[in-house]
Amino acid sequence: MRGKISVLLAVVGLCAGAMLTVPAFAGEPLRALRGNVAGEDPDPVPPLFPVREAGRYDRAFLDQPPMIPHRVDKYEIDLKVNQCLRCHDWPDNVREKAPLISVSHYYDRAGTKQDKVAGQRWFCTQCHAPQVDAKPLVTNRFQPATGK
Amino acid sequence: MNQSDEMVERRRPTLWGLAVGIWGFLARPSAQLSLGLLLLTGFLAGILFWGGFNWGLEMTNNETFCRSCHEMDQNSYREYRTSVHDQNHAGVRATCPDCHVPHDWVHKMKRKIAASSEVFHHLTGEIDTREKFEAKRLDLARSVWQTMKETDSRECRNCHSFDSMDLARQTDRARVAHTDAETDGRTCIDCHKGIAHRLPAGMTEAERELNQSMPVGNRR
Repeated sequence: MRGKISVLLAVVGLCAGAMLTVPAFAGEPLRALRGNVAGEDPDPVPPLFPVREAGRYDRAFLDQPPMIPHRVDKYEIDLKVNQCLRCHDWPDNVREKAPLISVSHYYDRAGTKQDKVAGQRWFCTQCHAPQVDAKPLVTNRFQPATGK
Repeated sequence: MNQSDEMVERRRPTLWGLAVGIWGFLARPSAQLSLGLLLLTGFLAGILFWGGFNWGLEMTNNETFCRSCHEMDQNSYREYRTSVHDQNHAGVRATCPDCHVPHDWVHKMKRKIAASSEVFHHLTGEIDTREKFEAKRLDLARSVWQTMKETDSRECRNCHSFDSMDLARQTDRARVAHTDAETDGRTCIDCHKGIAHRLPAGMTEAERELNQSMPVGNRR
């Protein structure tokens, strides 16, 4: 009996102690190791580059994936659906009057020709990007291939 | 059983007896009340009941109500967030009933009555997990597409009409598509699928099937 009472008292004492000490911690402002640098001055909103829908950018080299002359940000491309193919896949491209994707995209990785887009070509935006007037992030001396 | 017992038996209130009593009260012409008072009372009661009915109807016709089922909150609503009908440069929103409940009265009532089956399916837990919802997504989407085709995308056209579209301000691609759609008599949903929710797997085949059973274009 006496043992039980002492245990109970100890628990009550601990709880009381915890109650007293917690506000002491809560009163101190949180300080990061590098000082309070984050969150006060958020980065400015990055510029949105409008997609250039008029005209087409030339390819800079023979194998360059052609650029997309329209917005694609609302198109769903995932495991289940590819909305690009709704217009650009054969035979729907005829109805939609859209350019057909390259025939190379119908060869699977074993080199067998299919009439469905090959899995490794599924994620269009992995190679194709909407054309925008974005300047190179790093200056460079790249010159487009001429084919001459 | 003697006669007084029988009387007691007969006088016991039954539902039928209550109905007869109420009917007797309603059928008796009023001898004391003026016609004006009766008319006024009827008028005020009419306002109260009609207003109450409409109020109740509107309580079940908003985003908060739609989201009160976790099926809607966790799937449909979550996908709708950040879509163009939820967030755009003008800050105008089209919420669930704007697209999924007809605005005119007759069709609205029909849809509201049909929606009671959704309550049943909620209670039986038919799509109460994400997996069940994904498995049923194609069926759900197809039924909405079909309705939209049947009604010539009536709910879209509450806001979007060909007459008010400024084709000159559209992009080249949109201008061509909308001009063709108007001359061919195509309807919004024929092209604009998955604008507010994620698309189902196997949608290309479903779309082809749907367009064969309900041909695109020149419906009117």
